[in-house]
Amino acid sequence: MTALPAQGIAPLQRIQRLNVAGAILSILTVVAAVIWAFPIYWAVVTSLKPENETVRAAVELWPETLTFEHYRFALFETQIGNWYLNSLGTAFGTMILTVSSSLLCGYAISQLRFPLRQPLWWLILASFMVPTQTLIINHFELVANLGLLNTWAGIILPQLIHPVVIIVYKQFFDGVPKEFREAAVMDNASEWRILTRVYIPMNWGVTTALCIVTFIWSWNAFLWPFLAVTRTEEMTITVGITQVNDAFGVYYARQLSAAVLAGLPVALAYLIFQRRVTQAITLSAGIKG
Amino acid sequence: MLRNAKKEALIALVLVAPFAAIYGLAFIYPTIQMFLLSFTDAPLIGQGDYVGVENYARLPGDRRFQTALWNTGYFVVLSVIPGTFVALAIALAVDRLKGRFQSLVLALFFLPYILPVSVVYLIWDWTLNFQFGIAMHLFDLLGIQRVPIFKSTAWFMPAVALVTVWWTCGFSILLFLAGLRAIPAEIYEAAALDNAGRWTTFRRVTWPLIWPVTALVLTIQLILQLKIFDQVYLFSTGGRPNDNLVLVYYIFQRAFQSDQGGRAAAIAVVLFVMVVIVSVFNFQLVRMSRGRAQ
Repeated sequence: MTALPAQGIAPLQRIQRLNVAGAILSILTVVAAVIWAFPIYWAVVTSLKPENETVRAAVELWPETLTFEHYRFALFETQIGNWYLNSLGTAFGTMILTVSSSLLCGYAISQLRFPLRQPLWWLILASFMVPTQTLIINHFELVANLGLLNTWAGIILPQLIHPVVIIVYKQFFDGVPKEFREAAVMDNASEWRILTRVYIPMNWGVTTALCIVTFIWSWNAFLWPFLAVTRTEEMTITVGITQVNDAFGVYYARQLSAAVLAGLPVALAYLIFQRRVTQAITLSAGIKG
Repeated sequence: MLRNAKKEALIALVLVAPFAAIYGLAFIYPTIQMFLLSFTDAPLIGQGDYVGVENYARLPGDRRFQTALWNTGYFVVLSVIPGTFVALAIALAVDRLKGRFQSLVLALFFLPYILPVSVVYLIWDWTLNFQFGIAMHLFDLLGIQRVPIFKSTAWFMPAVALVTVWWTCGFSILLFLAGLRAIPAEIYEAAALDNAGRWTTFRRVTWPLIWPVTALVLTIQLILQLKIFDQVYLFSTGGRPNDNLVLVYYIFQRAFQSDQGGRAAAIAVVLFVMVVIVSVFNFQLVRMSRGRAQ
């Protein structure tokens, strides 16, 4: 802060200094991100190594001999195929039932007047706060009494409790301008027609997002499928890969190949629909995205 | 506009029916049953006799319940606060980046969150493997004696908390990013005109504006971690489950391993009440942060 000219160049210096600091920050961020994701990479790489390479003392970031033998084993010599099917079936079932029942209910609450509408809405908001983990005893009793243990229906039923899906639908249906509805009513359109021709098409984005996350939630569910299934052939993949040790033994690479197979569908779903997943997750926390 | 109230109510009834049936069966009925069950000595499946508040009265003197309560609290402290601030730091770092580069870096941080807990378990069980785990090289490098982490009571909770932070951070990062993007650019421009440095800008602009989101993330994480079971269960297989008990694990143990439905239900009710109290608080925060955003 001595001479006047110095003040003239100060802003320029400042920008340059900031850019250097900024560049360092960016590099640090990237390094942190790579370290953060490294365990995933490490698991994938290990699953591509022969077992004798996995237990070497040295850190080898790439397999010396690349092998898909563990994947062949997991896919053809364990029950993983069954588990995949069970996971797919229950995740799709949960997704379709949750999203469709929530869509209809959310529409009714948002657009129609009917008795007990307000208490129903409060009930939904209140159920948002209830931890379903505490209901496992009574869910088990219910599902057992219905004779649904070890079935897809038994795995699906308690997972249909996602009040947040209704809450999101109500918000979005509330946001559709009233003029659309009035115009449709003038044309004598039925309620069903208004729903399927106006409200659903205008909200495809949010429906896609909600479908993807309910699928992911259900695919990733552990506690309930773990309790509801005792027979190995009826397990979902998240339960099977940790509960059936004799399928993999103490073969690290084999077990990790099963882990990669279990994580692949949801990881792909995320990478393909990144924006939608992000949107749905922010919405589910009560922040409008 | 004419509205046929009766017809409208009838249509609404049809639309609400599937949801109402599911909720009645899978939610309201089990919730009521849980409360009723907690006053009986019933096994997991089947009838029991009414025993009043006996199941609750036993809890304060129950050693395992104390362990479960303590461990749950310990786990919450270890995971919620560090997890929230790590997420905030990452969100601030990612928010500076631009375009495709930003989404790539975000994807790396977010990817763990999308994985099933059993995959996370297998990845970390391998990474922290006593003999062959790559993280043990870090231990050697730092001169720490190698330990079988998940078999040692002292290491167990911190390690599971670390894995949990790694796993669930992506969710909090998204919430923080949404919060950061909601801060109007003009405020930063004004701060830049005032020659405010990075730290001053953060302290005077970003932090006060991001605080409601921080509070929201803290409570969401708190609710989530009070209900922890999966990771603790998976990592304690072959270890010492009784030392690592958390509340949901104890419910599971009483109900499914000791066949004491009534006693398990009493623990469930305690956890239920805890989570509802925190959730009511969380709900207020959501309303507050909405008010700010508008």
